[in-house]
Amino acid sequence: MTKTAPVLDIDAILDDENTRIVVCCGSGGVGKTTTAAALGLRAAERGRSVVVLTVDPAKRLAQSMGLTELDNVPRRVKGVGSPDGSGNGSRGELHAMMLDMKRTFDEIIEAHADPERARQILTNPFYQSLSSSFSGTQEYMAMEKLGQLRRSGDWDLIIVDTPPSRSALDFLDAPERLGRFLDGRLIRVLMAPAKAGGRSAFKLLNAGFGIVAGALTKVLGAQVLKDIQMFVSALDAVFGGFRQRAEQTYKLLQAPGTAFVVVATPERDAIREASYFVERLAEERMPLAGLVINRLHRSPASALSAARSTAAAEDLEARGEHELAAAVLRLHAGRMQLAAREQREQEHFMSAHPTVPIAHVPAMAEDVHDLDGLREIGGLLAT
Amino acid sequence: MSSRDTDWDGVRLHVVTGKGGTGKTTVAAALALALAAGGRKVLLVEVEGRQGIAQVFDLPPLPYEERKIAVAPGGGDVYALAIDPEEAMLEYLEMFYGLKRMGKALTRMGVVDFATTIAPGLRDVLVTGKTSEAVRRRDRSGRRVYDAIVMDAPPTGRITRFLNVTQEVAGLARVGPVKNHADLVRGVVASPETAVHFVTLLEEMPVQETLDGVAELHAAGLPVGGVFINMVRPVGLPKPVLDAAVKNRFDHAELALGLKAAGLAGGPADASAIAQALAEEVLDHAHRTRLEKRERASLAKAGTPRYELPLLADGADLAGLYELAESIRAQGAA
Ligand SMILES: Nc1ncnc2c1ncn2[C@@H]1O[C@H](COP(=O)(O)OP(=O)(O)OP(=O)(O)O)[C@@H](O)[C@H]1O
Ligand SMILES: Nc1ncnc2c1ncn2[C@@H]1O[C@H](COP(=O)(O)OP(=O)(O)O)[C@@H](O)[C@H]1O
Ligand SMILES: [Mg+2]
Ligand SMILES: [Mg+2]
Repeated sequence: MTKTAPVLDIDAILDDENTRIVVCCGSGGVGKTTTAAALGLRAAERGRSVVVLTVDPAKRLAQSMGLTELDNVPRRVKGVGSPDGSGNGSRGELHAMMLDMKRTFDEIIEAHADPERARQILTNPFYQSLSSSFSGTQEYMAMEKLGQLRRSGDWDLIIVDTPPSRSALDFLDAPERLGRFLDGRLIRVLMAPAKAGGRSAFKLLNAGFGIVAGALTKVLGAQVLKDIQMFVSALDAVFGGFRQRAEQTYKLLQAPGTAFVVVATPERDAIREASYFVERLAEERMPLAGLVINRLHRSPASALSAARSTAAAEDLEARGEHELAAAVLRLHAGRMQLAAREQREQEHFMSAHPTVPIAHVPAMAEDVHDLDGLREIGGLLAT
Repeated sequence: MSSRDTDWDGVRLHVVTGKGGTGKTTVAAALALALAAGGRKVLLVEVEGRQGIAQVFDLPPLPYEERKIAVAPGGGDVYALAIDPEEAMLEYLEMFYGLKRMGKALTRMGVVDFATTIAPGLRDVLVTGKTSEAVRRRDRSGRRVYDAIVMDAPPTGRITRFLNVTQEVAGLARVGPVKNHADLVRGVVASPETAVHFVTLLEEMPVQETLDGVAELHAAGLPVGGVFINMVRPVGLPKPVLDAAVKNRFDHAELALGLKAAGLAGGPADASAIAQALAEEVLDHAHRTRLEKRERASLAKAGTPRYELPLLADGADLAGLYELAESIRAQGAA
């Protein structure tokens, strides 16, 4: 007996005016970006005014949505909705954008610091390294951008894709990590000499500072130390704002108008990640809509089992007859085995989380990179 | 020691990159086994602190220490090292400045974490520096300690920056010890003794990333190695059948006859219904095969040697690693 799960009713979620944010998450390569884009298109064609925030779309998918440059602002997607004459008569609109994490970071600095300080920060080599390669910056900036889009009030539905990290949990953890890093004890130690006052606590910090400064100067040189200090104190002035914003966005994710859609392929690692993520959402009291199992292999001839199919192929081969049928039967047996393996992986999830609604999307023979392909995925998600 | 002719004779540092999840760690492990085969000594290093090597070899987490983890076919040893940037930093402080105790204090204060996180390129130069040291290391009699080093490297999107250390630390240090260290690393990494291999799947995104990565490495003057096409599925049907399928000329009638002959169908209507359903599978397979052919053709444009590694039905367990290693040797990649 195969297990079954409640069905994830995608259209009910997309049509519900109270749904304001949909977050697509999951481990790398499972189809988060594709799902986010397909949901956005479907929602727009069902009448909503949607913006999709993608993080790393495949080149051709990006092109099909008109995202040819990374300019960090939403652009209207042509061929969706009626005003630009696509003729399908829907009132909805689809906008899409690609996240530029460095630019988003720069903009936060510019918004929180006076021009001179902002310039100091933006040109500092340490800032440049932090804003382009700290693991977690991308997640933080995705959150930040989500907050900005929500505050603008321009869209009635925001669909967010999440960064391509190997663990789905990174999306929730990384912003906190960046915050901790920028707020850490060491940063305060480094800043100590820059701050006035002669308290005893300061002396302690200062002693620590002496050791640190000595070692860093030895290894990196005196100029580097100055750069670090300058960076840290400049950043400190804008950091309060930072943290507050991150907290606000985190709260947004807990709001009832948010729906998390967890995406996984029917493979062990991806399913395990999805399980972790579902558990974590419950801990954080973040609203889970359900799980999308993407790239599922099914057979239109599932009544013919792998075992019977293989036996029949062997029989034909032994008799030296019907080569074509024998080869097709072998192909079918392989597919049935794959389907069975995928079913088992899914069942692990279902046993652990029997109440989580699930939607299935079959593996397409080819990659998804145009609006028609997205429309098809959207349709499959909703059935 | 038998001497075989391989595509990478003379290469001592094999860097393995690729899009996330394509099988970098698996292929790096198999390559290390293949290189060690026949009595050689190979070091497999990982650099991202994820204990990927321990996972593929089914071992408890590895420390920051070189230790033997596997014996290669025909006798030969694979050693492993999980490089941790913080540990590498301490080692560096101790080696160059005799700052052992202070290093510990600095770690406690979070300085080492801070510096390796925020100083542009410092983390990378420490990790590649440790690797280069192993590449160059000689024993007392002057012989190389390792015949080859295989690195399970960061993914394609970061690989050029990761290896291009001198460029990376330029913002940090124009002179001084870090700069010297970076120059030394550059000397190893950009030499003909190094090859950067790519792992890909026959899918659009990983192939595109591979081509972009190859171009980037060339532009940075870094040595491009081979392309390992991983998880290749067996070709199920003869080409004429697949061609007919995509042209909508698949022979249903012949399939139905075969199904009946095999005793799988009740009457002609039943046979035809099953044939119809199976034909859908054939068409799907034909599309997939066509896409794979297209991706192979794209990869050929990179102009580097290509190797194909099979999709292991039972996943890449330890036995699977040896199977992949054998395949790597059979194709002359090691
Ligand atoms: N040839 C193969 N046949 C079957 N399964 C494979 C094969 N190669 C790799 N795998 C499986 O694919 C998954 C990903 O492999 P691996 O961890 O080596 O990838 P990776 O590129 O190192 O991933 P990451 O980017 O997360 O470091 C693993 O579950 C592994 O067992
Ligand atoms: N159901 C599907 N069938 C076939 N290909 C798919 C499907 N879903 C996603 N893909 C392809 O898989 C690749 C990775 O998808 P993507 O959405 O970019 O994943 P992620 O954002 O999770 O990393 C893309 O090339 C995409 O076209
Ligand atoms: Mg993505
Ligand atoms: Mg890996």
